[in-house]
Amino acid sequence: MTVAAELRSQLARHLGQALPVLGAVAVGFAVCGLIALWVGLKPGLMFVELIKGAVEGPQLFETVARAVPLVGMTLAAAIPLRAGIVNLGADGQLALGGCAAAIVALYLPAPDIVRLVAALAAGMAVGAAYAALAAAGEIYAGVPLLLSTWLLTYPAKGLCGFLVRTSLRDPSTAWPSTARIAVGARLGSLIPGSPVNRGFLLVAVVAIAVIFIDRRSSIGFELKLRGLNERFARYGGVDLHRQTLGVMLASGAIAGLIGAIMVLGSQFRYTDGALTAPQYSWSGTLAALLAGGEPVGSVVAAVLFAALQTGGFAMERSVEIPRVLTMVLQSVVILFLAMRGAIWKRP
Amino acid sequence: MTFAFFNATFFDQAVLGITPILLAALAGTLSERVGLFNIALEGEMLVGAFAAIAGSHFGGSLQAGVLAAVVAGALFSGLLAVGSALLRGNDIVIGISLNLLAAGLTSFLLRTLFGVSGTFSDSAMQGLPRLTVPGVASLPLVGSALGHQNVLVYLSWALVAVIAGFLNRTPWGLRLRGIGEQPDAAVALGADATRYRFIVTLVGGALCGLAGLQLSLGSLTLFSENMTAGRGWIAVAAVMLGRARPLYVAAACVLFGLSDALGLRLQGEGLPNQITDSAPYVVTLAALVIAGLRRRRLAGALA
Repeated sequence: MTVAAELRSQLARHLGQALPVLGAVAVGFAVCGLIALWVGLKPGLMFVELIKGAVEGPQLFETVARAVPLVGMTLAAAIPLRAGIVNLGADGQLALGGCAAAIVALYLPAPDIVRLVAALAAGMAVGAAYAALAAAGEIYAGVPLLLSTWLLTYPAKGLCGFLVRTSLRDPSTAWPSTARIAVGARLGSLIPGSPVNRGFLLVAVVAIAVIFIDRRSSIGFELKLRGLNERFARYGGVDLHRQTLGVMLASGAIAGLIGAIMVLGSQFRYTDGALTAPQYSWSGTLAALLAGGEPVGSVVAAVLFAALQTGGFAMERSVEIPRVLTMVLQSVVILFLAMRGAIWKRP
Repeated sequence: MTFAFFNATFFDQAVLGITPILLAALAGTLSERVGLFNIALEGEMLVGAFAAIAGSHFGGSLQAGVLAAVVAGALFSGLLAVGSALLRGNDIVIGISLNLLAAGLTSFLLRTLFGVSGTFSDSAMQGLPRLTVPGVASLPLVGSALGHQNVLVYLSWALVAVIAGFLNRTPWGLRLRGIGEQPDAAVALGADATRYRFIVTLVGGALCGLAGLQLSLGSLTLFSENMTAGRGWIAVAAVMLGRARPLYVAAACVLFGLSDALGLRLQGEGLPNQITDSAPYVVTLAALVIAGLRRRRLAGALA
């Protein structure tokens, strides 16, 4: 085969994979346009403002800042998804991780830099441990992860909410939150004058590690094997229980790390509900589903969703269209793909 | 704990807590029996709750609200019916996206149609009227809880019996169960699996619409964003605990309703609500773990 023909067939293959996604995105925009029209808004103007608001000038930095936690939460969803497991409990792991990071950063008697590192580690450890609880439930009692992870989010959020109202409460704030973390123990700014902090680098390292493990290691191979055919994976010698535990530990650790990054890098305190309010875990789950758990595709989808959300804020400000419409858009895209059987076909 | 701890209000709260979960769990039971894993109960319920308020506000009557809730629940579940029953897409992925779509759509419409965010209530709106069952209502302690509730509460109890009877005593119920247990055999014997799955999904949507109606017009008359607060997922857990047998599923729902009321009661005793709000979820998880461990032990004893 000539080089040109080879290139053409490669291109056709990739295009073939991307076409249903592009089609679904078009359907999503069409549905949202119709909904907007129905309630008496102008869809044309809406989409212009949405796109301008995502990439124009300083808005681009907003998008990058939003992409940092979203890419992280997408990876937290993508790792289990690769093996056909769904972790719906990322919100709880995120909240606990952020709360633990705040406690360590505030109260550990150590130099600032040690506190910062320990806070990040604490976030990861607590997130991982909480996710492992769900894994143990499935391994020892057969409680499906889909259900246990979701149900576990409520006690987690409740516990954090309780702590910031009682022993951790900073009485000088109106909303229940902890005291402010000292400047030295924060994740500093990466690009001066922008909302992008050094958490960007941490998430980049995590993303590269996940991509590398997925593509080049036996761990990644066994994950994909299970995702394609669980019985075959077991027959091939994959220890499914061990894998479930490992997957949940990794997923929970990343979610906890993102909680820590949000607290140490942009909010500087744990405030009740502030970590889960932007719904990064849901957008992350959808982005990971869009790419079928494949890490590079997941990261790309997460960045696109981050742009969509930033654009949504701008759209709400300039033309007063509720930004929650972007959530409708995201879910319609996945819904359409899932209905067509384009993601996660039935065995 | 004194006797007064479990007062009439406690049982009243429990029955109110049980009803939406029970209606949704019956929908989940039917789905499970026909071989579909329906995790969109939460979203269907939320759509129903919103439609009930929108219907009664714009339609100007309670009847319009009831109709809107049932129709909206069924229509919304139509997306699951088409995607899962007809096109055989992955029901988990469809369920997850439907739940998010419901949350996004109701929040969006709340802002655009009613111009508010958070909560909408309208003092002119009527809630479901309470019905008094003579005799039962005058029982001590549980009288009000069992004999003085709205129509929907009694309907949900009747539906447990109706669905149990339908599944176990009618030819359609037999075919439905057959499709869930051995689809190939059922189809070979002439049952139309797609049609059964389609209809069951739509009926389930209507039931979830009623569950939502109970939330928004049952005892209060308001809609607030994400007011289902995980009840759809608790219903999924109830279906699993009751192994999709209506009476057992109903028993599981009673357990969760009681824990919900217990949480509220403890809150009244001064426990912080961030902790007591977790009660139904923790009880659900504990029940799933205990049932799972028991099943494992029995399976181990047989082996």
